[in-house]
Amino acid sequence: MSKSYVETLADKDARTDGRKFDELRKPIKIELGVSNKAEGSAKVTWGETEVFVGVKMAIGEPYPDSPEDGVLITGAELSPMADPEFLSGPPGPEAIELARVVDRGIRESKMLDTKKLCVRKGELVWIVFVDIYPLNNDGNLIDAASLAATAALKSAVFPKLNGDKIVYGDFTKTKIPLNLMPVTCTVVNIGGKSMVDPILEEEKNFDARISVSVSEKGDIHAMQKGGNVGLEIDQVDEMIGLAVKKSAEIRKVLK
Amino acid sequence: MTYAKRFDGRKFDEIRPMEAKVGIIKRATGSAMFKMGNTIAIAAVYGPRDVFPSFLQNPSRGLLRCHYDMMSFSVTERKRPGPTRRSNEISRVTESALFPVVDLSKFGNTGFDIYVNILQADAGTRTAGINAAALALADAGAPMKDLVCSVAVGKVGDKICVDLTKEEEDYKDGATDLPIAVLPRSGKITLLQMDGNMTQKEIKEALEMGKKAVQSIKKLQVKALKDKYKGAGK
Repeated sequence: MSKSYVETLADKDARTDGRKFDELRKPIKIELGVSNKAEGSAKVTWGETEVFVGVKMAIGEPYPDSPEDGVLITGAELSPMADPEFLSGPPGPEAIELARVVDRGIRESKMLDTKKLCVRKGELVWIVFVDIYPLNNDGNLIDAASLAATAALKSAVFPKLNGDKIVYGDFTKTKIPLNLMPVTCTVVNIGGKSMVDPILEEEKNFDARISVSVSEKGDIHAMQKGGNVGLEIDQVDEMIGLAVKKSAEIRKVLK
Repeated sequence: MTYAKRFDGRKFDEIRPMEAKVGIIKRATGSAMFKMGNTIAIAAVYGPRDVFPSFLQNPSRGLLRCHYDMMSFSVTERKRPGPTRRSNEISRVTESALFPVVDLSKFGNTGFDIYVNILQADAGTRTAGINAAALALADAGAPMKDLVCSVAVGKVGDKICVDLTKEEEDYKDGATDLPIAVLPRSGKITLLQMDGNMTQKEIKEALEMGKKAVQSIKKLQVKALKDKYKGAGK
């Protein structure tokens, strides 16, 4: 099999857009309050990748095995608007993986204080919907969507409650209770070289990908490997190390 | 009951403050944002490109397809993602609103796909969507005979109004929503829907009011298209 262009470049320690292997794209920026009907919303511009995330709150029954915990539901809609290769219709494997990786970053870092999202034990809890809508896909939707989700949740407030019903369109000033702030950093392996923040062309030609969700304490809370090539333990270790290091840089944008 | 003064203080024939931007999605052939008051629509056009499924291909003319959707958080109570009967119908009427201006005769076997998504909804989402889609089509370089300008007219209480807000649509004494699209040059109407209660005379009056009001939409659309190329070639 012939080598891809990105792999040929990787052999020469280079990337198509001239970045270093450990260099994130610029700019990475967050715009808050982009949709005024959402309890929280953010648009992340990550190089040429752009993603909207909105938080909506609802109220409902808790799961029987966690009667005191609020519920987090994360979804992603990969509209053909953002990328001609996305297909219309119900979420496919790529959308589901994106949503689940973002979800696990939030869930496993215990970002949401779910106990404080309980209205009445065993009966009524808050349901937090996090919905991801890419606007333009130039690769690394996982990191961009994860950052947008964290930012949207950080800005989200409760809607007003009248008895057991939400007064829609009426927001309180109370923020959703949060603990840690997860940030996800994806490292890809191309021809044995590890590099962060793949653009679309690199994403199509990587051997392996590892996405790592890191809290501000530096703890790792969720990981996901992608790609059809196996990795040595040392490679995995190197990729995680790079992800943890760069996640601190991404985190600065959250401030 | 008389509706003496509009909730947001506008004149009865006045459109909400508008914003438009062309070229907002880099991967799309053409794209635009159109904002009317608190309603924000985003549109992307891809094409001309091969049509799938292939039995839809027409060797003598290109295909124009529209896909309208709302983001789940664009409304007060979360909308379940994915198409609904409502969104499918809007896709259909949006297609018909745009179709008359696009010359598809040179695009046999191919097609243009238009994707409209609503980021923030406060009534008039289909009209903002059509305004954005017309801009996106122009930005994509589709040969067009005219722009398409869309606004809702209607009746709030006893008054004929232009560009109703959600609050006006929910007016306690009743409101009628009559979204239209107008080709600004010929004055022809390419979208016409109505929900509510109006007499034939009132409808005529509302349509005339709408036809006048869309001139400001056209002006903004032209400006947004020119703005994209400001400084180009220098």
